[in-house]
Amino acid sequence: MYMTAETNIDKTTAARARHNKMRMVKDVLAKYAVSIGGTSVILAIALIFFYLFFVVIPLFKAAEIELVASYKIDGTNASETLYLAMEEQNEIGVRFTRSGVAEFYNLADGSLRYREAIELPAGATVSSFASAALEHGLVVYGLSNGQAVVVKHHYKVTFPDDLRKITPQILYPFGEEPITVDDEGDILSDIAFQNSEEEATIVAATNDGRLLMTHLIKEESMMDEGMFELEQENLTLNYDASTLVYLLMGQEQDKIYAIDQSGELGFFNIRDKEEPELEQRLRIVEQGERVTSAMFLTGGISLLVGDSSGQVSQWFPVRDEHNNKVLTLIRSFEDQDNPIDKIAIESGRKGFIAADREGNVGLYHSTAHRTLLVEPLADTPINAIAISPRSSAMWFEEQNGTMQFWKIHNEHPEVSWSSLWGEVWYESYEKPEYTWQSSSSSSDFEPKYSLVPISFGTLKAAFYAMLVAMPLAILGAIYTAYFMAPKMRNIVKPSIEIMEALPTVILGFLAGLWLAPFIEKHLPGIFIMLMLVPAAIIAAAFAWQFAPRKLRHAVPEGWEAALLLPVIILALWASFGFSPSIETTFFGGDMRHYLSNELGINFDQRNAMVVGLAMGFAVIPTIFSIAEDAVFGVPRHLSHGSLALGATPWQTMWRVVLLTASPGIFSAVMIGFGRAVGETMIVLMATGNTPVMDMSIFQGLRTLSANIAVEIPESEVASTHYRILFLAALVLFAFTFFFNTLAEVVRQRLRKKYSSL
Amino acid sequence: MSGNSDLKKWFSTGTPWVWTSAGAVSLSLLMVFGVLALIALRGLGYFWPADLAQIEYQLDAESKIVKVGEFHEHEMVPSIQLREAGLYLPSDDDLVKRYLFKVGNRDFYGQDFRWIIEPSIGETSYPEHLMVLERHEWGNFFGHLLQVKESGKVVAEGDAARAELDRRMVRAMDLHDQIKTIEKGAIGSVNYRMEKLRLAKRSLELDEVTDPAPYGRLEEAKQELDAEYQVLMGQLNKLYEKSKRDSITVSDSEGNQKEISLHMIVRVYYPNSMGVFDKIGHYIAKVIEFVSADPREANTEGGIFPAIFGTVMMVMIMTVFVTPLGVVAAVYLREYAKQGPLTQVIRISVNNLAGVPSIVYGVFGLGFFVYFLGGNIDQLFFREALPAPTFGTPGILWSSLTLALLTLPVVIVATEEGLSRIPRSVREGSLALGATKAETLWRIVIPMASPALMTGLILAVARAAGEVAPLMLVGVVKLAPSLPLDGEAPFLHLDRKFMHLGFHVYDVGFQSPNVEAARPLVYATALLLVIVIVALNLAAIAIRNHLREKYRALES
Repeated sequence: MYMTAETNIDKTTAARARHNKMRMVKDVLAKYAVSIGGTSVILAIALIFFYLFFVVIPLFKAAEIELVASYKIDGTNASETLYLAMEEQNEIGVRFTRSGVAEFYNLADGSLRYREAIELPAGATVSSFASAALEHGLVVYGLSNGQAVVVKHHYKVTFPDDLRKITPQILYPFGEEPITVDDEGDILSDIAFQNSEEEATIVAATNDGRLLMTHLIKEESMMDEGMFELEQENLTLNYDASTLVYLLMGQEQDKIYAIDQSGELGFFNIRDKEEPELEQRLRIVEQGERVTSAMFLTGGISLLVGDSSGQVSQWFPVRDEHNNKVLTLIRSFEDQDNPIDKIAIESGRKGFIAADREGNVGLYHSTAHRTLLVEPLADTPINAIAISPRSSAMWFEEQNGTMQFWKIHNEHPEVSWSSLWGEVWYESYEKPEYTWQSSSSSSDFEPKYSLVPISFGTLKAAFYAMLVAMPLAILGAIYTAYFMAPKMRNIVKPSIEIMEALPTVILGFLAGLWLAPFIEKHLPGIFIMLMLVPAAIIAAAFAWQFAPRKLRHAVPEGWEAALLLPVIILALWASFGFSPSIETTFFGGDMRHYLSNELGINFDQRNAMVVGLAMGFAVIPTIFSIAEDAVFGVPRHLSHGSLALGATPWQTMWRVVLLTASPGIFSAVMIGFGRAVGETMIVLMATGNTPVMDMSIFQGLRTLSANIAVEIPESEVASTHYRILFLAALVLFAFTFFFNTLAEVVRQRLRKKYSSL
Repeated sequence: MSGNSDLKKWFSTGTPWVWTSAGAVSLSLLMVFGVLALIALRGLGYFWPADLAQIEYQLDAESKIVKVGEFHEHEMVPSIQLREAGLYLPSDDDLVKRYLFKVGNRDFYGQDFRWIIEPSIGETSYPEHLMVLERHEWGNFFGHLLQVKESGKVVAEGDAARAELDRRMVRAMDLHDQIKTIEKGAIGSVNYRMEKLRLAKRSLELDEVTDPAPYGRLEEAKQELDAEYQVLMGQLNKLYEKSKRDSITVSDSEGNQKEISLHMIVRVYYPNSMGVFDKIGHYIAKVIEFVSADPREANTEGGIFPAIFGTVMMVMIMTVFVTPLGVVAAVYLREYAKQGPLTQVIRISVNNLAGVPSIVYGVFGLGFFVYFLGGNIDQLFFREALPAPTFGTPGILWSSLTLALLTLPVVIVATEEGLSRIPRSVREGSLALGATKAETLWRIVIPMASPALMTGLILAVARAAGEVAPLMLVGVVKLAPSLPLDGEAPFLHLDRKFMHLGFHVYDVGFQSPNVEAARPLVYATALLLVIVIVALNLAAIAIRNHLREKYRALES
């Protein structure tokens, strides 16, 4: 009897009705709550994909620029301008003029902040000008009396009242005394300059066609801080510099490029300052074109040459087969059609801006071979252009004297589809290569973001794992589902499930610290094992026929696997027991040594074989469970029919059962493959994590997942490196999701087929 | 002839292939149990006090030295390899047996382990008086006890020293405990409150409070704490003073002497004079230390309690998130959503998410939870601590959430399966009696499906406990200064980083400076982790089998 207080109330009373109404309301509420909750959980899961996507997208966006201010500076003449530069905060810009004045402007409105005339010797005028590598902020004036003056534009940052205050300064790091480059006192018509902490080099061409080099060594005084002495050495290079238009020196003070108008380039090696050497002479523009601008890319390795056809080409010295350094054309950009008048380089990364005669400005990145933007920004040719040290703004002056200050949004120029997946010719490399090398200590470093070597490593690891897992898991599944006694099956299945549950960190740890040294010591044993174990199994099976009848009847059918346990243990013991003797007899006592010396095969302790075995172990249960399900699910009447027609159990298995279950086995393999591709800890611990591209079983590898685990904690948030690692995760996600879905669809179809059978 | 055709016939029946496939099963089983046995043997062996051997060892044809140490593993090596390495070999066999010999005394020899070859080992003995010192620094010491000193004066020598040392160790241990209590407990608490005050002051400044009163109160509290701190430091210094009173002089097998203060010693024992019961006692004490003590010497010695605690804590918080989410999603998919192609697609997708690599979840957790959510939470609620992040950095909350997301498919799939197994008749019966759908679900269906839910949860917990890759990105550290749960309000510190068993295995095994010495501890840690996970899985399997029986009974 259902007796509560409520049941005493008459059904028609208002209270009862109210109660029922409440129940209905609750029911509806529950429905909405569960529906909203359920959908939001599912949406949250979908969020993973979209979030990864959202982080990756900015990598492939083109650059954007926005005009902040455009102004004319009063009382100045545009033709006076020699050089523009900006400081780090995009607050102040400096303009060096032909009359030897440095003017500092507020970039936002063009108002003059500070002005300083550089001290020039009496009677001398400015005849040439050059800037050292951007990060030093040094510039040099070449004078009409054969002397040169080096100055530095510097920005002192102070925080009075917690507000940032930037004070521009002009400094003389090599003294206010001019440096005499030409002892004969001729006009310096062209000049180049580079410096480091303790030395500096000036190269200059004189009006009468001599090419001169001055090497300065700075010796800090022990007594006085900030005091120093200069040791100077002058030298004349054997080169006709009368038609010279561009003179450039590498940042490391190791090479000079002297370019004349017709495109003839002289390449000097000046690593030895006493004996500079002319390495090569070559033409760097096509016949009929002229060189209209030339500039070193950040780092002082690559030369950028703009020509009269609007093409910008990148060159750097590459070692040829005779071990000579030969200046080689690496790549060219052909997105502008007018002569490239000015090239400005970014500091800290390998991008640049090219401005042409029609006032078009293009943003490029060399490594990625990417044109990020080309836009007409000026009405008249551009006279001078500067990029801010953080590459977030540019400032240029038109020939008509108008100055424009633009913001640049260009966070990830170093990535393009071709740089991620194609061969890239990196600076100082001998040929285009696939390389992953994301960071280094040097700030001029060219990051190498090719996903090919690590994707290759991922597939290599998965391949070897599948090589181990597929035969064991599929054969095991066939036997367990079809031949094994039910009692034994009840032991085997949970054991395999335990195998699946073992944390991969433990498998990785065993692989790295136990298996890898073990394999290294017992290398011959592994190969013996591969032959001995199958042979022992077949031999045991053959011998079993002739076993005493009593013994044979004592073991019911379906327990072969248990019988084989001692046989396999014995075979394994024999393989590894004889390993040292075999090593001594055939491989001179050290197979590893033998491999590398006699066969030329490199052997890493943590190699693909270790990964294959350990990850194979991790993948076996995945494949086994699904394949076993598929084989077990084959309707019994099919196999009974075949047996009744006289086929042996194996024939039935092979021709009938396996054929029916093959889609299920396929999906098992797919899911196993997906797992092997995404596994992190095992590969992290069982390989050396070197991103090499080599299919050798004795060499290490680096996978996408291990790469993420190693590098993402150190990558800066929202940097290119960070986003590329997200891209790697997205690739993994998409890849495994695709294979799993494929497998799942196949499996569902199979299930339908079984039920119709 | 007939033999050959017999063989042919035998092959054509396919019997050998049946046996080969059986061999695949045997090999797989051997691999599973082999791995388990390997971990168990090495992990359990770690705690057993090995005997200390004193051996005479031939360095080359003339010179001999006496060494004291423990024999560890051994292997056979082709002697050519050894000769090429420039090793002296007295015999000319092709194969040589070599042992890994733990000599300890890192302060003298630099390395704890060295390889020794059998032919060079001379007379081996096991003198009763050989001593093992477990120390807070430099690993174990093996050698002879010479003197016991108090404030530099010898109080016992020779045979009397042992008893004297035992007596004084009790005092030293007691002092050590007192020091630990003050350092970890009281001073830690003062520091924590001090930091709270600093943040309170900073938040007043950020709110631009000009009233001096609250600042004054903070200043007062700070001075109180300072005073408290001074008192504690005074006590601590006194205890340190006391603990440095006693010391011992010891010598190694080669006669190098060293004076070791008792406060540097964790444990003293004489393995060769221990009986089986002493050794069992020692074993138990070591196991207890292992699961309950903090790690020492860059995690290579001592216990792993913080790692156990961190793992359990993280898994518990994860369960709190994953249970309601998983159940609601499963109930929605099975009971409320319209069963059409869309639901089918969702179901397949959810199922497939279980196969998405765990590192992908880690990357998502780092980007979305840590940097995006955490960063915004810091901006909104923890401005006073900036630029030091509170939630905008990896921590236990983000780890739990990431793993909750990772294990969500497991729970959803298991619960859904449980729901689908409940016979229609039960549902229809309930509805026919006038219960609403919600009531049927809440009172009948979910209780009946709860064991399936439990199975899913257990599997989720087992997976989460063993997962390391995503945690490396979202909150695990090699050494956490404090536990995520302690006596300071708000007791549960969700922003703290934590230690984890799986990560401990990775870190100590691969990142520690002294891998060889740490390896036994790694095996022991791995064993603990495996036991936990295997137990959880066996429980899940048992529940599932039980359930299947139950439903079979219901359906028939």
